[in-house]
Amino acid sequence: MPNLLEMRGITKTFPGVKALSDVSLTVRSGEIHALVGENGAGKSTLMKVLSGVYPHGSYQGEIWFKGAERRFRGISDSEELGLIIIHQELALAPLLSIAENIFLGNEVARGGVIDWAETFSRTGALLKKVGLNEHPGTPVEKLGVGKQQLVEIAKALSKKVELLILDEPTSSLNENDSAALLDLLLAFKAQGIASILISHKLNEVSRVADRITVLRDGAVVSTLDCGAEKISEGRIIRDMVGRPLDDRYPPRAPNIGDVLFEVRDWNVHHPDHADVVQIKGAAFTVRKGEIVGIAGLMGAGRTELAMSIFGRSHGQKITGTATMRGKPIDVSTVGRAMKAGLAYVTEDRKTLGLVLDDPIKHNISLASLETISTGGVLDDARETRIAHDYRARVAIRCSGILQEVVNLSGGNQQKVVLAKWLNTSPEILILDEPTRGIDVGAKYEIYAIINGLAEAGKGVVMISSEMPELLGMCDRIYVMNEGRIVGELPGARDAQDGATQEKIMRMIIQTKENAHDAGR
Amino acid sequence: MTQAADIDRPRAGAAPAPLGALGYFKKNLRDYGMLLALVLIMAFFQLQTGGILLKPVNLTNLVLQNSYIIIMALGMLLVIVAGHIDLSVGSVCGFVGALAAVMMVQWGWPTPVVVVICLAAGALIGAAQGFWIAYYRIPSFIVTLAGMLVFKGLTLWLLDGKSVGPFPKGFQALSSGFIPDVFGMQGFHLTSFLLAAVTALLIVLAAVRARAAQARFGLVEEPASVFWGRNAVILVAFVYIGWLLASYRGLPNVLMVMAALIVLFTFVTTRTVIGRRIYAVGGNEKAAKLSGVKTERLVFLTFANMGMLAALAGLIFAARLNTATPKAGLGFELDVIAAVFIGGASMQGGVGKITGAVIGGFLMGVMNNGMSILGIGIDYQQVIKGLVLLAAVIFDVYNRRKAS
Repeated sequence: MPNLLEMRGITKTFPGVKALSDVSLTVRSGEIHALVGENGAGKSTLMKVLSGVYPHGSYQGEIWFKGAERRFRGISDSEELGLIIIHQELALAPLLSIAENIFLGNEVARGGVIDWAETFSRTGALLKKVGLNEHPGTPVEKLGVGKQQLVEIAKALSKKVELLILDEPTSSLNENDSAALLDLLLAFKAQGIASILISHKLNEVSRVADRITVLRDGAVVSTLDCGAEKISEGRIIRDMVGRPLDDRYPPRAPNIGDVLFEVRDWNVHHPDHADVVQIKGAAFTVRKGEIVGIAGLMGAGRTELAMSIFGRSHGQKITGTATMRGKPIDVSTVGRAMKAGLAYVTEDRKTLGLVLDDPIKHNISLASLETISTGGVLDDARETRIAHDYRARVAIRCSGILQEVVNLSGGNQQKVVLAKWLNTSPEILILDEPTRGIDVGAKYEIYAIINGLAEAGKGVVMISSEMPELLGMCDRIYVMNEGRIVGELPGARDAQDGATQEKIMRMIIQTKENAHDAGR
Repeated sequence: MTQAADIDRPRAGAAPAPLGALGYFKKNLRDYGMLLALVLIMAFFQLQTGGILLKPVNLTNLVLQNSYIIIMALGMLLVIVAGHIDLSVGSVCGFVGALAAVMMVQWGWPTPVVVVICLAAGALIGAAQGFWIAYYRIPSFIVTLAGMLVFKGLTLWLLDGKSVGPFPKGFQALSSGFIPDVFGMQGFHLTSFLLAAVTALLIVLAAVRARAAQARFGLVEEPASVFWGRNAVILVAFVYIGWLLASYRGLPNVLMVMAALIVLFTFVTTRTVIGRRIYAVGGNEKAAKLSGVKTERLVFLTFANMGMLAALAGLIFAARLNTATPKAGLGFELDVIAAVFIGGASMQGGVGKITGAVIGGFLMGVMNNGMSILGIGIDYQQVIKGLVLLAAVIFDVYNRRKAS
């Protein structure tokens, strides 16, 4: 079978991170090619390179499609050749109708005047193709997520599609919708349309894929041919996570004390849809001097759990109890949660953690202005001294504490956020993806800071999508999936019963399958 | 150099060697540019009008004409820094003037009582609008657009479509009075001159002390030449303007009120917790909220404050005209908002300075005044003012884009 697509030696660097290194990927005509890997392995980046989101010149390597080298300057270039990507977050205009969405940017029009009859009849034909029984005039917001996904695919089909790329298409679908979607992919295959399927759900991957490429740390680990042999999920998992734990983590002798912080029977409903339960009966404890990890895939509910605890910053109808040293604490607003001794370092430092245009000094003091003021008047000298102290203590590399944080690298921005929360003298720090988008050297420094906190007797909760990081740092690991805490493992230090990446992955996948079985 | 080797070094403004005076000036073009633009425009009109602009009587007029705009610009700066806008200030201004006229002229209530009631009414109006904006998240543009119509209508209703006046003497003094002179020199108001000179010295002294504090932490960025140059300009300007005003009738009462408010708001924005938090809310509301800042209450307070300042401006304007008219305050909001944006505030919020807004206000005022003296028609005046606003903001955006 000839190759439809060849990506050769793709390398893509972001300031501070090498996202892809020398990745090669081939897709044959009419095959379903699955792309799997952990969060941050580089799958989405690779697809963005392919579709022209990252234009030619911003990466190294070559893209050959339909027998010629292609240099896409943007998505429209790749779409013109029939390379259509459907993103994880749907890109539909909710108030427009199905027909309007399908032909958005590609309207059936003559001289700028839309031919509605033609639009609707073509939409009807496309909807039939994807098996969606809805009127073309229905507003998209009236459809469920599964049907919206089908609208996206119909939109792709409205263009001349040769290669369909689906990024986690089933992550928000229920079992039936997922199955229908996969059947649709198989039907397309029969019509000669090739697909790249990015998915975490290995059972789905093994069901439809002709070949599987496993990415890890921005490089291809293996390409498995499902036609040649039966590929077990265990094999895929091993390839996904099989990376040795080296000395990327600073040493620490844990000195763990009594239970400091405890959350019991924590339930959270979706902020917009009151009937959707996002966190179900979560419970966990953190001891003095302990680093507790929370593992899980994206969308498992880890951030939602943390933010709902920290001053109800997420969700509604929150129920459950939080205690500090056995005594119930009030965490109903951010201010009260802070007063109770909590600190939350967000996963999204740019939009939730920093005032980017403000200097380092102002960002560090933002959460503790009361302590550097008398009668509401700021003590500038004290604020400056504090900023200087933290600059030295957490090694923020900058031209001065008056430098605006927008100009710092990711690692240094993260240190500023950490400094802000350290300065509130919390008892419990919840760190959400503390090393996301940070290069290896700065990661090590952040790990050292976290270890220092535990040694100082604080309790640390570390949420991370990078399993090696959790294994390297944590004394205990909770595993979350679909809004529940589905398991608890001792840290990797315990060689016999301790957590391993396989154990964590298995816990997640088992609960996924159980949930699906139960749903059937 | 590879990108990887460069990661942890700061990217902009990282040059360890101190910038020269010119380099520093270029980097902070926006801050100094404003002051420079004001000086240049004043010089231009001074020449064009054959020296009329800086005649003591005209300078006094300039202050009286612009005081209410600048007072409102102080509140508007906070609103805009917090990421909002208030379109109702002109109408509120007129409404409060009408309220004062009804109470003082028609009901004969004593001036001090009426002033307090009017300021409270302004604060209440601001609070009512701020309530919907802060707690119900109704866009401020819409809430205050509604407020603009409502209070324009209420002004007409209060005054029954007629002008009401004149005001008692005590109230008129708010706008047309001057501070008393203790020396009694013929033709020269020595108290005023001394006050201006002492203020100038205090400002320079404060700057020197701040710089010394910075030096202790090695944070001095501004080269000595720029620092002394800037302070020399401030000193000379204050002393010169003080001398000019002193040789007419001295410092107007309004100027004293305005100066006190400028000092107060500069202090609030730069030195207090509440000021810092307003900047944080405008800069990144979500981050501020997750840092324990009560963002809703702050937004509410900025609007209440804006309402009170609009009321004060309304009183000053009514006292100046010595009558409350249904047309009072018409279009003021546009001058106020323009002053704040010319002064370097950002539409996105989080950026802006009190000094900028004040300079922006004076810049507009000097142009109004200068163009009127030159006999330029109101039609051209509007066009020119509009273009100046546009140019200032384009300059801002261009600068910011270049920096990033």
